[in-house]
This record gives sequence, C-alpha cells and structure tokens, in this order.
Amino acid sequence: MGNVNKKSALNTDLLNLRLDTLMEKYPYLKDFFSALGIDPWPGKKTLAMLIDSLSLNHLSQFGLDHESLSTQALEFIAKMEQCRHKTHGSMDRLVIGAGCDKNGCPEAMGITLFPGEVVSVVGPTGSGKSQLLSDIECLAQGDTPSGRNVLPDGRTLDATSRFSGEFRLVAQLSQNMNFVMDLTVEAFLQMHAESRLIDNIPEKIKQIYQSAVMLAGEPFSLDTAITSLSGGQSRALMIADVAYLSASPVVLIDEIENAGIDRVKAVSLLLNKEKIVLIATHDPLLALSCDRRIVIKNGGIADVVKTLATEKKSAACLADLDKKLGLLRERVRTGKHLIFDQNFFFDHP
Amino acid sequence: MNRILKKSDPSTRLVTVAGPPSSGKTSLILHTAAVLLEQGLRIGIVKFDCLTGDDHKRYERAGLPVKKGLAGGLCPDHFFIANIEACVQWGISQGFDLLISESAGLCNRCSPHIKGVLAVCVIDHLSGVHTPRKIGPMLKNADLVVLTKGDIVSQAEREVFAFRVRQANAKAAVLPVNGLTGQGALLAAGHFKTAPAVASLNGRRLRFTMPAALCSYCLGETKIGPDSQIGNVKTMDFT
Repeated sequence: MGNVNKKSALNTDLLNLRLDTLMEKYPYLKDFFSALGIDPWPGKKTLAMLIDSLSLNHLSQFGLDHESLSTQALEFIAKMEQCRHKTHGSMDRLVIGAGCDKNGCPEAMGITLFPGEVVSVVGPTGSGKSQLLSDIECLAQGDTPSGRNVLPDGRTLDATSRFSGEFRLVAQLSQNMNFVMDLTVEAFLQMHAESRLIDNIPEKIKQIYQSAVMLAGEPFSLDTAITSLSGGQSRALMIADVAYLSASPVVLIDEIENAGIDRVKAVSLLLNKEKIVLIATHDPLLALSCDRRIVIKNGGIADVVKTLATEKKSAACLADLDKKLGLLRERVRTGKHLIFDQNFFFDHP
Repeated sequence: MNRILKKSDPSTRLVTVAGPPSSGKTSLILHTAAVLLEQGLRIGIVKFDCLTGDDHKRYERAGLPVKKGLAGGLCPDHFFIANIEACVQWGISQGFDLLISESAGLCNRCSPHIKGVLAVCVIDHLSGVHTPRKIGPMLKNADLVVLTKGDIVSQAEREVFAFRVRQANAKAAVLPVNGLTGQGALLAAGHFKTAPAVASLNGRRLRFTMPAALCSYCLGETKIGPDSQIGNVKTMDFT
C-alpha cells in the first residue's frame, strides 16, 4: 500500500505575503490564530513577521515553537484549500461489488446506487445490515469479512485517499446519536457551517432551521440549547443539517421510525439534495417511500426488491392510517380518552 | 501479502498510541490487533499506566502478550521514555512483527511521540469540541489521529470535531473508529502495519520536548509555601 502519509510540498511564499491579503484569501486563518490565543492583526506586515513577533513562552503553551507554527499554518492552509476545492459531493454512482455471506458462499448480487435514490436495507437482527453499512463507510476493497468491493463511480479509490480519512463518503444518522455540545441551535449551525468553509452562512442557517421545524412538528427557537431539544426535534435538526451541510454523498439512516418526526418528508428532503439515502427500516410506510429494498440474509445480499407501482398506490392508504394514528397519539399527549369508532380506521376521510 | 513485513536485522515495527484517559486507546488497539492477527502478524503490547490498571487483562484475554509499566509517582511521560528502549528489546527478543505501546496522556501536555516511529493519538468525540485545541504535542505531532465514540454524537458534531483536529494537525490522517464494534479498525490497521521497523531507539529523538519538572515537589515535598517550592517553579500573574 506504500506510504500512507504522503507529504506534500508547502507553499512557503505565503509567509511573505501581506497579512491583509492573506486573511482575505484564507479567512479561516483568523480562527486558526485565535485558537492559539494569537491576535492576527497586531500591525505586522507579513505572516512571517507575525510569527516571529510571538514569544516562545506563549508558543510553548500550545506545544509549538516558531518553526513548527509556520509549518502548521502552511499545512493548515494547504489542507483547507484542498477541502474547499474537493468536489467529493458529486458522485455519479456507487457500485457495491458482491462478496460473500457468513458461510463464505457468494452473495446473490451486488448493487449500484445512484444519487437522488432512496433504498431501504431490510433483514432480521444480526443478518448483516451493519456489515453492509460498515463496508460502505470504509470503502471496502475485498478486505472486510464480507469480501465486498465498494467503488465510488465504479473505480477503486487510491490507498492514500482511503487511508487518510479525507474521503468521508458516509454521513450517519441513528436513534442512538445525541447532541453533546453546549450551544444554541444558531451557534451550533454557525460552527458547523464555518467548518465546511461555505459562503452565505446566515442563509444556510435559516434554511436548516426552517426545515428542521417543519420536520419536527413542534416548534423551537434558534436560541434553544441543542442539548435541551426533544428527541423529535433533535432528529429533525440532525436530518436538516445533514441535508444542507454534510459533504458526504451517502446518508445512512438507522431506525427513525419512532423519532416523532415526519419521516416521509425527512426522506424527501434528503433526496432533493441529490444524496444516496440508505435506510435500515421495517416501517412499511418508509419502505414504500423507497425505490428499492436490499434484502440481507445470513450476511449476504439475498435479493434487491423493486417497489412495485401497486405498492406505491397502497402507500396513500398507509399514509392515511398513519395520520389517524397520529391523531390518537395527539389525544394521548393531551390527556384525552382514546374512545373512537372502529370505523375510524377503515372509513375514508 | 505480508512481504513488506520481512526484515533482515532483528527489529520490530513500533507504534506509540497516546490519548487522554478513557478515550478508547485499549479498545482501538484490541480491534486493530485483531485485524492484524488475522493477517498473520505477531503482536506484542506494552501498557504504560500511572497507578494500577486492569487493561493488561483485556490484552491477555485477547491472547496478546503484554508488559505493564506503572509510573507510580513519576511523570508518566518521563517514565515512558526511560523505558521504551527496553520495551523494544523485549519486543525483538519475543520475535514480534509489531510492538504497540499504549500510554495515557494525563495532562494534555504529554508528548510521547518519537521521530521515525508511527505516532497515534486517540481522542473521543464526547470530550468536547474544544478538546482538539487544548491537547498539545500529543495531537499536533501525531501521524494518525483516531476519533472514537462517534456512534453516539451527531453527524454535525463529528464533522466539526474532525475539522478542529485538522486545524491542530493538518498533515495527520484522521480516522473514526468505533471502539465497541471495531468499525473503522481496518483502516487503522493499514497504518499500523506500515509503521517503520526499529532495531534500537538509542540516539533517536522525541518529536517535541516533554513537560518539564524539577522542583521540590518532584522529590516528595508536600508542604505548601514559598519556602518549600525550590527549583523549576512557575507562578501565575495576577496583575
């Protein structure tokens, strides 16, 4: 596999550029320096002069000296520019080449997934759904227990990109995930947007917030602390955030059926963003909103079931039932009795 | 497949794994070693601890030969560097292809990484988004940064965390590994097995100076007051 950590040449000319030019071109430098307790505007002309003006005592607090700070600043700029220009959001297809099941027998088939497509993954507990998702995450090259090959755009990713962890193909959402940062919704979205180096951050924050409230059903404000959001609100915010801010072209969703959000709307929000969406679910309504269903048995893909047109038609009926159940849920929530006519479920609205 | 691991002089590949307490170092090593054992490597572990710990038993249960070093009252980093050469010689005498040393970074100023030796830093997502900024040389000089416990925080927080890590160390590989399921360990193993082989560490250099100490308290002083603090003492500025 060769050298996993390949060093790239650094552009040392940047050290002699004027600071104001530099800050305008690489605005994230401000954050880089403030993280090190360094004022980026001390009236110095160039980056080299700024670094030279710092005391060794100050730098040693951060485990740095002048030389390592210069190197680190240049490496940081190089890495950020690489991230900014990388377009790994655009992938035409994801090929999953067939491997083996748990007994080493070849699995029935592989599958090719396309952006803007939602596919569910079904199978009993322990059947190997997680292995499939894990294969996708690590871009398996016949070296995982399943022996599958995961090929973005049908090509093998080179070892350097694969092992550097830069190519994060998959964004994951599951019922077990929580917010742990002590921030308001707005500050949190701001922080995430900044780390993505995108333009027009206020607009993005507004979009995400509005989508999240729409999915959650119960409103919350931008000033709410993310840790005090309800389960449904958290899930809604996570989904909206992944839709608008995650760079990963594939989204894996695990168990959102009980999250108390509008799950069909959630899926369509992700689809509009040209993502490949994989959902591990046994919820009939959610399954019918998918185009295909990957059936896992004994660690292997046993079948890929296409959602039939007749199935899609019954989705309307299921949605109706779901809405009625929602009404009952609301009665429970508000402390009312659940006395209703049996025909409630079978009559048309 | 393991041709790259053939070597002529008696030597062993060495990896130093460091990270804050309870960040998942042992779990990472266990899962990574499991991948490499499967590929036929002989692996030994050295576990550095301060006070008594039971982690070496987890290694024993996994069938991995392990040596335990307890720093006791000494700075764990200083204890580590004074003993690592002996560990390498032990590893060579045992015929290991790969020796993994695990040491806890207790003060965030720890700096156990050695030039020419694969340096791994483990941090967990739960430790807070400011942590990558607080951890010093242990993170900044690492070749590989492993992020653990990502399965219980949101995708957005994982992305912000990875960004902050890259801000502190842009050249390292950054990989998420789930310490419970081992997801991600395969890629970590790819790094571990390409670690440079060493025959001896004598004459090698640390990547960064270790935390300094040489004062009366190092030597067992317990009394507080200016008369008792002698040596390398730093005082806070309240002006």
